[in-house]
Amino acid sequence: LPFRNFKIIYRRYAGLYFCICVDVTDNNLAYLEAIHNFVEVLNEYFHNVCELDLVFNFYKVYTVVDEMFLAGEIRETSQTKVLKQLLMLQSLE
Amino acid sequence: MFTNVCFCLGLKMVQVAEGCPKHSVLICVLFISGKSKEAEIKRINKELANIRSKFKGDKALDGYSKKKYVCKLLFIFLLGHDIDFGHMEAVNLLSSNRYTEKQIGYLFISVLVNSNSELIRLINNAIKNDLASRNPTFMGLALHCIANVGSREMAEAFAGEIPKILVAGDTMDSVKQSAALCLLRLYRTSPDLVPMGDWTSRVVHLLNDQHLGVVTAATSLITTLAQKNPEEFKTSVSLAVSRLSRIVTSASTDLQDYTYYFVPAPWLSVKLLRLLQCYPPPEDPAVRGRLTECLETILNKAQEPPKSKKVQHSNAKNAVLFEAISLIIHHDSEPNLLVRACNQLGQFLQHRETNLRYLALESMCTLASSEFSHEAVKTHIETVINALKTERDVSVRQRAVDLLYAMCDRSNAQQIVAEMLNYLETADYSIREEIVLKVAILAEKYAVDYTWYVDTILNLIRIAGDYVSEEVWYRVIQIVINRDDVQGYAAKTVFEALQAPACHENLVKVGGYILGEFGNLIAGDPRSSPLIQFNLLHSKFHLCSVPTRALLLSTYIKFVNLFPEIKTTIQDVLRSDSQLKNADVELQQRAVEYLRLSTIASTDILATVLEEMPPFPERESSILAKLKKKKGPGTVTDLEEIKKERSSDMNGSAEPASVNASAVSTPSPSADLLGLGAAPVTNSAPPPSSSGSLLVDVFSDSASAVAPLAPGSDDNFASPDLASSEVVSEEPADTVHDADELFHKFVCKNNGVLFENQLLQIGLKSEFRQNLGRMFIFYGNKTSTQFLNFTPTVICSDDLQSSLNLQTKPVDPTVDGGAQVQQVVNIECVSDFMEAPILNIQFSPKQEVQNIFKAKHPMDAEITKAKIIGFGSALLEEVDPNPANFVGAGIIHTKTTQIGCLLRLEPNLQAQMYRLTLRTSKEAVSQRLCELLSEQF
Repeated sequence: LPFRNFKIIYRRYAGLYFCICVDVTDNNLAYLEAIHNFVEVLNEYFHNVCELDLVFNFYKVYTVVDEMFLAGEIRETSQTKVLKQLLMLQSLE
Repeated sequence: MFTNVCFCLGLKMVQVAEGCPKHSVLICVLFISGKSKEAEIKRINKELANIRSKFKGDKALDGYSKKKYVCKLLFIFLLGHDIDFGHMEAVNLLSSNRYTEKQIGYLFISVLVNSNSELIRLINNAIKNDLASRNPTFMGLALHCIANVGSREMAEAFAGEIPKILVAGDTMDSVKQSAALCLLRLYRTSPDLVPMGDWTSRVVHLLNDQHLGVVTAATSLITTLAQKNPEEFKTSVSLAVSRLSRIVTSASTDLQDYTYYFVPAPWLSVKLLRLLQCYPPPEDPAVRGRLTECLETILNKAQEPPKSKKVQHSNAKNAVLFEAISLIIHHDSEPNLLVRACNQLGQFLQHRETNLRYLALESMCTLASSEFSHEAVKTHIETVINALKTERDVSVRQRAVDLLYAMCDRSNAQQIVAEMLNYLETADYSIREEIVLKVAILAEKYAVDYTWYVDTILNLIRIAGDYVSEEVWYRVIQIVINRDDVQGYAAKTVFEALQAPACHENLVKVGGYILGEFGNLIAGDPRSSPLIQFNLLHSKFHLCSVPTRALLLSTYIKFVNLFPEIKTTIQDVLRSDSQLKNADVELQQRAVEYLRLSTIASTDILATVLEEMPPFPERESSILAKLKKKKGPGTVTDLEEIKKERSSDMNGSAEPASVNASAVSTPSPSADLLGLGAAPVTNSAPPPSSSGSLLVDVFSDSASAVAPLAPGSDDNFASPDLASSEVVSEEPADTVHDADELFHKFVCKNNGVLFENQLLQIGLKSEFRQNLGRMFIFYGNKTSTQFLNFTPTVICSDDLQSSLNLQTKPVDPTVDGGAQVQQVVNIECVSDFMEAPILNIQFSPKQEVQNIFKAKHPMDAEITKAKIIGFGSALLEEVDPNPANFVGAGIIHTKTTQIGCLLRLEPNLQAQMYRLTLRTSKEAVSQRLCELLSEQF
């Protein structure tokens, strides 16, 4: 977990590691669950997400990240709200 | 600082850039089983060439294909290849009206930040247009780009604009969220550019917003702002409390979208609790009551049966619980809550989730330091010890050690130290040194019986000799020398320990030193006669390293003094070729000098020169300092300094001259005049952290005591009646020892520590003869930075002046980090007196400024050197222990004054970053030079 002056919180989903690097004083469990929340959104958005989805739609992943985390803080935690916004954006494409 | 993309061989890390040193950086790591690497590179080069020709082609590309190629470039970049073109095309995309094209443009710019000023102007222009567009999607994209890049240029351009968007009534919720976090990012990178204004009060009211997403974002912003400007955001406390209470009391379905596995808005709760940790407990009793209720509810919920078996449910619930506990610890005012928190953590200690055990131990460490819950934490000692023995996860075991260290006090020190020693035998190598330090500190701090201390340290050396650093064994020697009641025991114990056929070199060092000083105390026993002692030590001699041998040679010459009967044996050894013609200069010199010394000097001279070491001035344990260093992000150089300082102490034994100098006549027990005391009366406020002023005043008073009988009378028995009305107003946590207690110690002794806090330690050593006295005051700088304008003055009240004459010698006004200065005070007691004089100390810590920044130019050592020299400072080679660092020094001449400047530039090639430290005699100068130079590398 600890890493230089920060700490890394990670969670493994099959072959994928999702890592998040936070301050030592930050709440571990909260960020652990934030990762899970993020993954659930990805899963919903890509309908059963897999690695290749993430690789080939990397720009979409960035959008998801921007919706949920911004400036190093959690932005939005409601899955439904995030998904609604994402679908709206997708319709613009 | 802002790490873009890292990748290594088979695995590619796409780091989605939330880069900011303070907070989260999100990284997804993708494993891709690619074809062979060569094939990949070939394919990519072909593609790059294709794209380049498209961009250069005469035909203007339409938006779609431009997007396609920029997107391809981005992908190639993310695969770990350098991209050096395409920025212009990406900027063009920004002005497109199609969402997808704009999005790719922004993405490219966020990921491949470019410092080309012309481009930045164009980018900022595009962002400005989008912000003004009133299209929430475009505004969102623009805000996200600012938040992701967060450069200073952007802060300059938009720091004024964003607060307006944030508080405007007609802004969409999602845009508000982005704006809040965007502002937060800018505030972190360039706090000076974000103007505080009337928007702040309106931001606080966002905590009441209907939209929980907005509240979440606003809470983050307010927390950060409140850390720097607590006053301005004070009103947020009551709002946060009421919001929190609405969340925790809501039924799990009330918050709909924001309920996560039956836990209502866990992240928002955590953030609110964190915001509250910026403030002391609320003063308004109603708010306070409500908050206490919330915290109780959270604790109660932990006891309820889980609403779901899923790990997500319990994690989210416990995230809130742990944050609530840290708030309870932060407030440290409700004993009831503290004890409940402790019991809750106690349950977690045996939980089957490793994460929970780890976190419980971690939180308990902080709980242990609160006076209310210290006892409660202690009840879990057995569980913790058990964890140490049975835990499978090394990081959890490490926490268990930390907790044991934190919960240790006089009552359980013996047990804890014994357990830690046990554990040490099987401990992981990586944490051994730390455990050794901890054991050494605990053993010293809580030693009632110093024989136990000596045993413990010798055990340490036996079990983990390699991990016993110099500080540890220096310290044991200091303690033995300073306490005559354990000297005999120590000599006997080391003698026995040395009997072991294989013993660690550190043991030989301790043994050599102690026997050299106190071997005479056990020489009466025929089993440890002088000759046996000598032969025992000498049998180890050849197996030891040079420094140890040098130390042993000093021991031998001390033996010559202690035991004249074995003088010839020792001289024979010194005379042997292996000593006199030793290839090592140090050893050879010692052998020659000691041999001569033992031959020509009379017994009297020998006795003086080789006198027992005088007690060491008491000061902060160097081990403690080392542990702090280990924990904190200390620099190597600081550590070196300490070591150097230590070893100069040790040299005292090796250099006969200095032994002589410091071999002061020991104060006779029937001191003619006795007593002196001092109590630090500290009105010292902790240095105000917000304002830049760093002047720290430590008021303390030192005193000489009463001689009730006329000078010259033989049967003086003084009962110093020391001023007892002093008020110690400093927080107990600030002083390492209770100051008052330290003061009163001097009633019955002449030497010791007078005062100690995190910055400074003051030690006293005094001698008295009839009505005259001399006092040595040692000021130890405990920080790693220099103290400037260090001026201790002794003040006598008017009454006192007539009865006490004090003469103080001036002290050097600068005290180096970790160094100690001595001040001599001559005292004449004219008549009896009551009040103690006051010692007033003023100093300002050295002005140092540090900046960490990303390299703006290729990190070439020669160019950097040329720049430093060109800047006008001298480049000092081989000063820094790390040869990659640059160290420079110079003087700025002005008409009025000269300002000395020191600079250190530490490159980190891997991260492409620099750390620049400037130290000058004026803070403003440090600041300015640091700013100037940070732009140069």
